[in-house]
Amino acid sequence: MSIASVRYATLDAGRSYWGLLAVLAGMTLVGLAGFLHLEHEGHWITGMNNQVVWGIPHVFAVFLIVAASGALNVASIASVFGQVTYKPLARLSGLLAAGLLIGGLAILVLDLGRPDRLIVAMTYYNFKSIFAWNIFLYTGLLAVIALYMFVLFQPAFARWTRAAGILALLWRLVLTTGTGAIFGFLVARQGYDAAIMAPLFIIMSFSFGTAVFMLVLTAAGRGSGRVLGDALLFRLKNLLAIFVSAVLYFVLAYHITNLYATEHHGYEAFILNFESLYSKLFWIGQVGFGSLVPLALFYAPRTRTCRISTHVGAGLVILGGLIQMYVIIIGGQAYPLVLFPGMEESSSFYDGVIASYVPSIWEFLLGFTGVAIGLIVVVAGLGALGILPEDLSDPKPAS
Amino acid sequence: MSLDLTRREFLQGAGAAGALTLAPGVFLYAKDPEVPVTDAVRWGLLVDTRLCQEDCDACVEACNEEHNLEDLGRPETDAQWIRKLTVRDPLGGRTISLPMMCQHCENPPCVDVCPTGASFRRIDGIVLVDKHTCIGCRYCMMACPYKARSFIHENLTEQLPHAPRGKGCVESCTMCVHKVDAGENTTACAEACHKDGHQAILFGDLNDPDSEISKRIREFGATQIRADLGLNTGVRYQNL
Amino acid sequence: MLSVVALTAFSNASAEGLEPFVPKAKGEQCVEPTQVMRERHWEFILHQRDETMYKGIRTTRHSLKNCLECHVQPDEEGRFPRSSETTHFCTSCHVFAGIRVDCFECHADRPHEAYGAIPRHSRLSLNDLFRRRPIQ
Ligand code: SF4
Ligand code: SF4
Repeated sequence: MSIASVRYATLDAGRSYWGLLAVLAGMTLVGLAGFLHLEHEGHWITGMNNQVVWGIPHVFAVFLIVAASGALNVASIASVFGQVTYKPLARLSGLLAAGLLIGGLAILVLDLGRPDRLIVAMTYYNFKSIFAWNIFLYTGLLAVIALYMFVLFQPAFARWTRAAGILALLWRLVLTTGTGAIFGFLVARQGYDAAIMAPLFIIMSFSFGTAVFMLVLTAAGRGSGRVLGDALLFRLKNLLAIFVSAVLYFVLAYHITNLYATEHHGYEAFILNFESLYSKLFWIGQVGFGSLVPLALFYAPRTRTCRISTHVGAGLVILGGLIQMYVIIIGGQAYPLVLFPGMEESSSFYDGVIASYVPSIWEFLLGFTGVAIGLIVVVAGLGALGILPEDLSDPKPAS
Repeated sequence: MSLDLTRREFLQGAGAAGALTLAPGVFLYAKDPEVPVTDAVRWGLLVDTRLCQEDCDACVEACNEEHNLEDLGRPETDAQWIRKLTVRDPLGGRTISLPMMCQHCENPPCVDVCPTGASFRRIDGIVLVDKHTCIGCRYCMMACPYKARSFIHENLTEQLPHAPRGKGCVESCTMCVHKVDAGENTTACAEACHKDGHQAILFGDLNDPDSEISKRIREFGATQIRADLGLNTGVRYQNL
Repeated sequence: MLSVVALTAFSNASAEGLEPFVPKAKGEQCVEPTQVMRERHWEFILHQRDETMYKGIRTTRHSLKNCLECHVQPDEEGRFPRSSETTHFCTSCHVFAGIRVDCFECHADRPHEAYGAIPRHSRLSLNDLFRRRPIQ
């Protein structure tokens, strides 16, 4: 399929299309009912407490936001780096990014202690707060994506595609840096006080976003009777494999730098010694199933050209990503703050002990709501706009 | 209310300028409720850990009563503005006990991270949460190095007139700002500790070189917890 | 905007003799004329809120606490109405006008005296004046 001839088409709004939308809307409604209950009762019904103040909702929200940034990979590669193969997919890339971002933001808002004060959050700004900056970065990215999509859709603006693509690329790099900095700026917490947090988040976004993109692309192709070409899928797979390796490398670098500083040994042991839950999640979930297994699937001679293994691998990357978020966000809080280095602390307020956290159904409901909202955006977008090329098969060899 | 007025009238009658000379060289700073707080003062607390008894929690109880921090039987989510911390040195086993609360940092991380500016440092050094603009994001709790803050996880109904608190907002030690503003020159914890005869907590103006707290710090020195973070805390400790 | 609509409803209702039940207050005279209060009480309270919060100005004229001191009074059995009941001064009007306020999610909805004999603000403590640390 050459660029000039790419024709886009909306998804056929058949029974299965509306069925999917109905299911997603149902999920959202259930989630919103859960939210109303949570907001009425207060957060005590969740697993979150004064020790672990951010829980499962934040795991989902940060994952979605980070993945949103990464979902723009394809757009960037196509529009900024001029890779012709990816150009037809740039629209989907933008739409998916917008969907994931909206889903993630929705969770963050629904989890607030005072969600009714959203207007306060948008009118009172503390410009020293990285969190306030992120509010701008997130809403700004939505605007940038809208601009980029507009340019893609208007042949008259075609020559602006690259400029819009560059803007989107820069914006999302800053956004992911900002998201990483939310944690990186927490100097007092043993697990977060690291400059490497920002680049780690960037590379995580590449990996998670690409994995989500692959699955959504395949699903959309399947659902609309378009056959995704092997070459395209495996190209994406090779890209994902590089990102997964890079995440592993950064995680390794993070722990090695931390191990170098004696003050962080306690936290490192907590994550690495295979005794705590978080350590097991780290090794089995994040490193094992989330990184090594997909890498094996992507590279092993017997599976490297298998479409099913590729999809399983991408799914595992997503699962591993959620687990990685869990280890970073929850593990980082469960490990006690050190007020007196070298001393043993105890109190009625869980000083000096690993905090307990048992996620509740309400938090998962919030998380699923975000995912459902994100997917609704994507599905509705695919149905309303010409996002997906009519033909996803590999180009015929030039004759 | 009427007591409030009585005391104010008493103070105003005794010292029109708002500063009451009780003994040569000793001033009682009495805040006029009409006049905004200033940075001429910086309120602080000094804790002498040698005087703090491990089995005593008079300060904690006094704080809970003063602000009606109810025990809802859910220790993981119940608010604690002040707690007794036991610190044991594994080398030799020396144990000290001390009250831990918001340290009223001069460079407070909670204020830096708060997206709406709800966490703020009042000009006289007291760090507060404006619960009218707090959205309950809990980022300040992530940022506070002292675990000084609590999130309100449920509906409350028995709040006291001088201590508004409610679901969905974050709160922490206010250094009894209602007492300070009323010119009482003490906090519930310091008062309770004094009454119990331990006298381990001292409240005062760190900016006034003649205040008892400044004198003691000058004479015996005092440490900040996690001084490495450079927060310049308003709560200082002796004999750590 | 909402409040404007409600205000109009309020005056119309008054004109027709429909009025909310307004519980009796303690004092003779409010801090502002009734009409001014009806139209602008939230401005006063909001202004005072920030003055108190950020500047520590705790004069009572426009403080919510002071409103309650006069306007929330016990019934014959000596029971103070709660903000969830329409016999509560604020609630009676706000239900009538159809405007939800969330003040009492955090603020006490009763005057000081409703809390019985809890001694508060009652002690002038001289703790850091006459106290000497025993020096060992
Ligand atoms: S101790 Fe914590 S809550 Fe208090 S001012 Fe410092 S950072 Fe803020
Ligand atoms: S919970 Fe409230 S005070 Fe704390 S950072 Fe968020 S808005 Fe600010």
